[in-house]
Amino acid sequence: MTTRILIAGFGGQGILFAGKFLAYEGLLEGRELSWLPSYGPEMRGGTANCSVILSDEPVGSPIVTNPDVLIALNLPSLDKFEGDVAQGGEVFVDSSLIERKVARADVKAHYIPATKLASDEGLSGLANMIMLGFVIKHTGVIPYENVERAMAKVVSERHKDLLDANLRAVALGYGYEG
Amino acid sequence: MSEKVLMKGNEALAEAAIAAGCRHYLGYPITPQTEVAAYMAKRMPKIGGTFLQAESEIAAINMVIGVSSAGKRAMTSSSSPGIALKSEGLSYLAGCDLPALVVNVQRGGPGLGGIQPSQSDYFLATRAGGHGDFHMIVLAPATVQEMADFAIKGFELADKYRMVTMILADGVLGQMMEPVSLDFGEIKQFDKPWAAVGTNGGRRHNIVNSLCLEPTQLEQWNIDRYKRYEQVMANEQRAEEYMTDDADVICVAYGATARVTKNAIAMARAKGIKAGLIRPITLWPFPKKIVGAAAKKAKAFVSVEMSMGQMIEDVELSIRCSRPVLLCNRSGGMIPTPEEVLAKIEEASKMGGAD
Repeated sequence: MTTRILIAGFGGQGILFAGKFLAYEGLLEGRELSWLPSYGPEMRGGTANCSVILSDEPVGSPIVTNPDVLIALNLPSLDKFEGDVAQGGEVFVDSSLIERKVARADVKAHYIPATKLASDEGLSGLANMIMLGFVIKHTGVIPYENVERAMAKVVSERHKDLLDANLRAVALGYGYEG
Repeated sequence: MSEKVLMKGNEALAEAAIAAGCRHYLGYPITPQTEVAAYMAKRMPKIGGTFLQAESEIAAINMVIGVSSAGKRAMTSSSSPGIALKSEGLSYLAGCDLPALVVNVQRGGPGLGGIQPSQSDYFLATRAGGHGDFHMIVLAPATVQEMADFAIKGFELADKYRMVTMILADGVLGQMMEPVSLDFGEIKQFDKPWAAVGTNGGRRHNIVNSLCLEPTQLEQWNIDRYKRYEQVMANEQRAEEYMTDDADVICVAYGATARVTKNAIAMARAKGIKAGLIRPITLWPFPKKIVGAAAKKAKAFVSVEMSMGQMIEDVELSIRCSRPVLLCNRSGGMIPTPEEVLAKIEEASKMGGAD
């Protein structure tokens, strides 16, 4: 089984970190995986995206051109990548930042006001992890019980104080009933 | 097997260079290679090594000449335009028969070009690293693990043959993360009786120099150097063969492009087309023996590369143009998609009739 995930949004929304979290979870499970960021000036306030592949076989191309799972954190990202999603794939939309609905009928769309939830719950800046919790709930891309272990790995020593907030954010997204 | 960690290709390469005993990194930042320098800046001071950000790429490679002359493992890294600036130093290293590790994490060109992945420095690496008659050993990693492993291998080959080893990577391999093992086993070190180090008058002093105004002498130096290159060509050709046993169509691709090609081969096989891949690991020496042997069975070849068509010349030379060779390429920082490679494989499968 291979899952190709594309996470996209503005630079500064924690796109790469969200991808890294999934990659670390794959590493801890001993799975094959790749993590590839967009890089360069486009990261400075422009669009940022991150390809993550989790697989049971060696990963060929690390570039996700037809994602099974698209996580869109802003409108330009949804506009740019919606057409690329594999048939039958799943699209996750931060509905507090993206007003329009997913247009395609052959993919499954999920909506969560992640940015609004983050500010309401005092988790500002963690909409990315709320989205991830929501994604985990609906796709099972990683087992929820492994979240804590992966988070401990990916949150650096310097930012240990943010560990709990990140875990709360994932739990919030996981428990969200739209 | 040791525990695997998650690292960017650039970082894994830097850590491996340190494991190989490199304590002198001289560089200058440029995207998409900067993580090598950043990692060295963090690590070298902690282990008594030297990280030095030079005033330019040219200064950095000339410092490499100095360190290597003293018999120490030295390294520099850059990306395409920065490597071009190092050309003079690469030639001087060759002229002095000095080993060094030089890393090129390629980006699109020519000129300042862009910062997205590319393979358009193939000619620079394999043909024209600088002026004069010389070669560099060129290694092409395709995974983060190989980014690390080839740093070790690169230093060993450089010392063994007294040559520059260039690691020819690209932006994808530099930036991506994959699980990597940093357990490298025993690392070979080499005696360097030629090094220009003090001996308290214990022997006649060594001279490291590329200047020779006597043409008969200079010619002899070149002839001797090329005898060494012949050994490299005979002993060091490396390639990975993937599903080539029964293949009618053989793709030749290295680095990130080889990974895309593997996806395309799976798609081709699902359609009943017998496709395979030869992935050159050494670009110089090019794996002529392996590619040449494949032409005895395959009907056609496809050279897949992120350039306007550079490696294709080595594919054609290796098979003496005995089979059609198609080009599947993107340039300027664009990466071929598996679908584009598949389309070329399908085209190739209809070519090349019977023997």
